[in-house]
Amino acid sequence: MKRKTKYVNYTKWGYIFLIPFFITYIVFSLIPLISTIYNSFFENYMSGLTQIGPKFIGFDNYSSIFFKSELPVYLKNTFVIWMMGFIPQIIFSLLLAAWFTDLKLKLKCTGFFKTVFYMPNIIMASAFSMLFFTMFSDAGPVNNLLNSMGLPTYRFLAEVAGTRGLIAFMNYLMWFGNTTIILMAAIMGIDTSLFEAAQIDGANSWQTYKKITMPLIKPILAYVLITSLIGGIQMFDVPQILTNGNGNPNRTSMTAIMYLNKHLYSKNYGMAGALSVILFIVTCILSFFVFRYITKDRFAEKVMKRKRGDSCEN
Amino acid sequence: MKTRKKHEKLMLNSQRGFAYIVLVIISILCLFSFYILIINTTRSHPDIQKGFSLLPGKSFMNNLKNLLANKQLPVLTGLVNSFFVSTCSALLATYFSAMTAFAIHIYDFKFKKYAFAFILMVMMIPSQVTALGFIKLVRDMNLMNSFIPLTIPSIAAPIVFFFMKQYMSSVLPIDMVEAARIDGAHEFRIFNQIVLPIMKPAMAVQIIFTFVASWNNYFIPALLLNKSNKKTLPILIAQLRSADFLKFDMGQVYMLIALAVLPVVIVYLFLSKSIVRGITLGSVKG
Amino acid sequence: MKKKLFSLLLVCILVITSLVGCGSDGDKEVVKQKTDDQDVVTQTTDDQEVVTQTAKEQGKVLNIYCWNTEFQDRFEYFKKSGKLPEDVVVNFIVTPNENNAYQNALDAALLNQESASADDKIDIFLVEADYALKYVNTDYTLDVVNDIGLSEADLSQQYQYTKDIVTNGNGVQKGVTWQATPGLFAYRRSIAKDILGTDDPAEVQKALADWTKFNEVADQASAKGYKMLSGYDDSYRTFANNISAPWVTNDVITVDANLMKWVDQTKSFTDKGYNNKTSLWAPEWSADQGPDGKVFGFFYSTWGINFTLLGNALETSKDEGGKEEVGNGIYGDYAVCYGPESYYWGGTWICAAAGTDNASLIKDIMYVMTCDAAVLKQITVDTQDYTNNQAAMNELAAGDFKSDFLGGQNHIKLFAESATKIDMSNISPYDQGLTEEFQKAFKDYFDGNVDKDTALSNFYNAAIEKYPNLKK
Repeated sequence: MKRKTKYVNYTKWGYIFLIPFFITYIVFSLIPLISTIYNSFFENYMSGLTQIGPKFIGFDNYSSIFFKSELPVYLKNTFVIWMMGFIPQIIFSLLLAAWFTDLKLKLKCTGFFKTVFYMPNIIMASAFSMLFFTMFSDAGPVNNLLNSMGLPTYRFLAEVAGTRGLIAFMNYLMWFGNTTIILMAAIMGIDTSLFEAAQIDGANSWQTYKKITMPLIKPILAYVLITSLIGGIQMFDVPQILTNGNGNPNRTSMTAIMYLNKHLYSKNYGMAGALSVILFIVTCILSFFVFRYITKDRFAEKVMKRKRGDSCEN
Repeated sequence: MKTRKKHEKLMLNSQRGFAYIVLVIISILCLFSFYILIINTTRSHPDIQKGFSLLPGKSFMNNLKNLLANKQLPVLTGLVNSFFVSTCSALLATYFSAMTAFAIHIYDFKFKKYAFAFILMVMMIPSQVTALGFIKLVRDMNLMNSFIPLTIPSIAAPIVFFFMKQYMSSVLPIDMVEAARIDGAHEFRIFNQIVLPIMKPAMAVQIIFTFVASWNNYFIPALLLNKSNKKTLPILIAQLRSADFLKFDMGQVYMLIALAVLPVVIVYLFLSKSIVRGITLGSVKG
Repeated sequence: MKKKLFSLLLVCILVITSLVGCGSDGDKEVVKQKTDDQDVVTQTTDDQEVVTQTAKEQGKVLNIYCWNTEFQDRFEYFKKSGKLPEDVVVNFIVTPNENNAYQNALDAALLNQESASADDKIDIFLVEADYALKYVNTDYTLDVVNDIGLSEADLSQQYQYTKDIVTNGNGVQKGVTWQATPGLFAYRRSIAKDILGTDDPAEVQKALADWTKFNEVADQASAKGYKMLSGYDDSYRTFANNISAPWVTNDVITVDANLMKWVDQTKSFTDKGYNNKTSLWAPEWSADQGPDGKVFGFFYSTWGINFTLLGNALETSKDEGGKEEVGNGIYGDYAVCYGPESYYWGGTWICAAAGTDNASLIKDIMYVMTCDAAVLKQITVDTQDYTNNQAAMNELAAGDFKSDFLGGQNHIKLFAESATKIDMSNISPYDQGLTEEFQKAFKDYFDGNVDKDTALSNFYNAAIEKYPNLKK
């Protein structure tokens, strides 16, 4: 009898400890989400100091986003810029992770390099982009450098490739360190006896890498890809500040969230709501993969804890 | 056999050399902008306008003085605001995420599975997509220009929770909690006095991560804060970008960026080891 | 059970203290302010009542919304007059102009005006001609005569156009300004001598009298290795002020033919290398105005001479101990003339916000800074800014006033003639936002990234994003 009461007590505590999280989540995330969805069906904006609406208009906001706005273009921009940053990011991260974990190579100062590589990640994106803006402006340090080497001034922010390139480059700098460290952990989690066996069989570094490392870290690569893609959809601070919210030139560096920000900024709640819902659905679909990944083959379980080679067959 | 070994060694050495060259180049890429930043904080505006330099100037104190005296940019207030908001959210996020993780990890109850699944599912939803409703809510609550909407919501931080849960699974056996119960400790006390100390390393890492995330946050604060005595550093920096009259002195511009960036960099350099370790544990991009 | 309750209580306390702890910064202040005695006035909404009440009891905090430091600097003249009570705190709430940030901040504050505590209410806000009507046409602004108490005689010496801009449909004047801002073309004397053989403002004006001549001079300048203008937007205002219809009529956006003339001229200047591809206010643009600049001239306005051009012209800045005198950089190498078309640029109007608890102080400020001939004359003498008092300006124009910075020119004489000619009939509340988007959109065209039609359609998109009620 006593035991039972005690058990019930404990159960209660489980709920009690969850209260702060759920109350906060409901108030500050769930209610806003519902109100966002609700707002997306209304015409509701400010014209000067006068409020227009709210007036229920059904799916009109959605249809004007799909058929009249340039959201597809901005989604494409976001995707292109993300890709431009992600490809070098994953290539370098794989290379660096392989080097750092290579038992034969025995690189020194890896701690230092890791510290340096991760550093751009902690930098305020807005400060980082302001810095890049001044550095790459028409008369900034970088163009000074080009001129002193006898090269003509390159107007980075007036060229599509220049602007997108800069944004992608900054994204790359900010995230490759992070990815390298995650991949390293994945590689280090692989049973060392596998590598030893390969060595005995006379496999060289590249063969070991291709036949053992790559297949084993595939799941974590997928995880990195999807989380990076979700991060990519959220791309805002860097292009916003670098192009001053315009996405110049010709809006080729305008990202989806920048577009959303424009509507939020002009207090056009209906359009902003519809836009948010669309982006929400996109992230939900992507999140589903992350969720599957985390719950099914957990990083910790699959790569780090499994010391047996049987996952080789996957 | 010998020649093969020699050959291998040569290969290895050249590979190592190549690796170091690449590593150094990437390091330079990472550090170059910081270097320029620091150099330019020490140069005067006309000096900066004249062109690029690798050598520092002598105007560091002058730039700092001018920036702090600038009526347009409440830099000190911005620093204090940023520090206050970031500290609050870091502490709230870590404490309550640990509590949530504790609830999910130790207790067995009906909705546990659903609660856990729910948190994991919402983990990746960015704050931007609910921003509209969030602003409306904040306005209705009359909390514009207040720090409450920037701090309290961090109580529900799914990513921090996930990290805590991962860590807890590896360090906190249920026996330990049961032993404490037998000693008559109360659940809340068990959490505060036994579990939290064990979680210290994870908490430390997450405090830094959440602090940095909040320190760097721009999107939401920019929509909520418009009073100059409430603005945080990222907003002041964005203001630099859009307000042309502030660009009359590039020395001040660089100085402000440095003030926003360097505190975090210094803390990072001191704690880089545990931070780098922490990334692996959480392995979730925020 | 007790223990359990106790710990539950602890949790609650923890949550609450953390809530309070984090909110304290904002809340305490408000609480403190509310305990101050003057919140008696807080709830009054009727303008008339506010005035009568505040005549007895004035607020101790004066909140001024503005977008840069210019007014803050001019405010020193009011402080010198000794009319600012010692116990009044003046807060300048500065929000930069770009991307409607200032208007958004101001709108939010005005909409909140009724519920704000007395010391948080806006007392004064500044507006520009480009969107003055947006506020003048509402009840958020007070009548300077009937509400504030300035007399018609006080206002009589102000230039008519400065009053028109802030007068609503019923003929009620809702704001005042201390400056009149006729446009000008500021050119480098040394470069003019090189190209035209003269640096005399009258002669240079003849050479630049219309756009055809202007373009010819641009050819000559280019041949000698100079740039005619610095950036894309330099000549924009000159065209934009001579449009034949407002930007917006009945919610429909009209792109005037004159604006397209600007587009064509700028494109041809850019392609021929007659400008430096800079943007207004960018560091490169400022640098072009300095000692190393190779640009013939800049379209500017009265205030720009002192507010920006002077500082940019110095080799050693004032902060670093440089003096404002001939020999420091190109001090003395500028002169001004009308340019090809008459126009105005800028100007800042002072509006009193409905709900203020400082009405009599506002009256003093408005009087001293915009009606007092002696003060206005002094501002012009000190800063070379052109102020809004016809009598004082005509006196200076007729006298031997000269500017050392402009190589001894009496530029006030020039302005005294042009200020009376300014016509503000084609303004609309959307001018600022649309001008900004128009310039942004066509920057891509000048940069060669898009063709003219794409730039135009980008402009329409951006305009409608900014003002959802407008149509193409």
